Amino acid sequence: MEEMVFECGKSAGAKTIEEKQEIKEAIMATVKVGAKAPDFQAPAFYKGNFQQVKLSDFLGKWVVLCFYPGDFTFV
Amino acid sequence: MTAVAAKYEDLKKLDVEVLSVSVDSQFVHKVWQTEELSKMVEGGVPFPMVSDGAGKIGSVYGVYDEAAGVNVRGRFIIDPDGVIQAIEILTPPVGRNVSELFRQIQAFRLVRKTNGAEVAPSGWQPGKPTLKPGPELVGKVWEVWKPDLAF
Repeated sequence: MEEMVFECGKSAGAKTIEEKQEIKEAIMATVKVGAKAPDFQAPAFYKGNFQQVKLSDFLGKWVVLCFYPGDFTFV
Repeated sequence: MTAVAAKYEDLKKLDVEVLSVSVDSQFVHKVWQTEELSKMVEGGVPFPMVSDGAGKIGSVYGVYDEAAGVNVRGRFIIDPDGVIQAIEILTPPVGRNVSELFRQIQAFRLVRKTNGAEVAPSGWQPGKPTLKPGPELVGKVWEVWKPDLAF
């Protein structure tokens, strides 16, 4: 499983060529049913704390990965 | 989000963890939790609220809308081996259905438990008949399954 580490605080416009390449390669890995879910690590708010969450830490469990447009919107 | 949170205990019984993801920072997640979510569901959202700064994770998963700068409503069911079993993607104005999420997870768990010996036909829910794929079922589905079983 490939790992990508996402740091907060980087703006969308400030991607380096390497970063763009990284994203492109990750997309090439193609997200589709039957394929491995691309791993990621990112900051999260969980149980009152700020902590890093890594998708692959949940191997062995079912995971519902839920994207939504933004906080303070209905989901 | 709170609809999923309200059913979190039931999801846990099915060995499910939930990760919610938006482009907001973890700090904004905290404020949302404190100011609003905790008033909609007791204790607030009990699962990790992930910050996807700049939509990088969303880009990889094909749900990042670059023009709007947000992730659209994408939902992925990932099995214990890390394999994506289901994808549902909606534009922002329409919310998802937690009951359907449950149904799909229950169906995928059944398939996994039986190692594919049993499959879940359209509209399957626990208690309804499954199908057992094999040469003898070919052309004979009509004998064991009718469309009204889907509803």
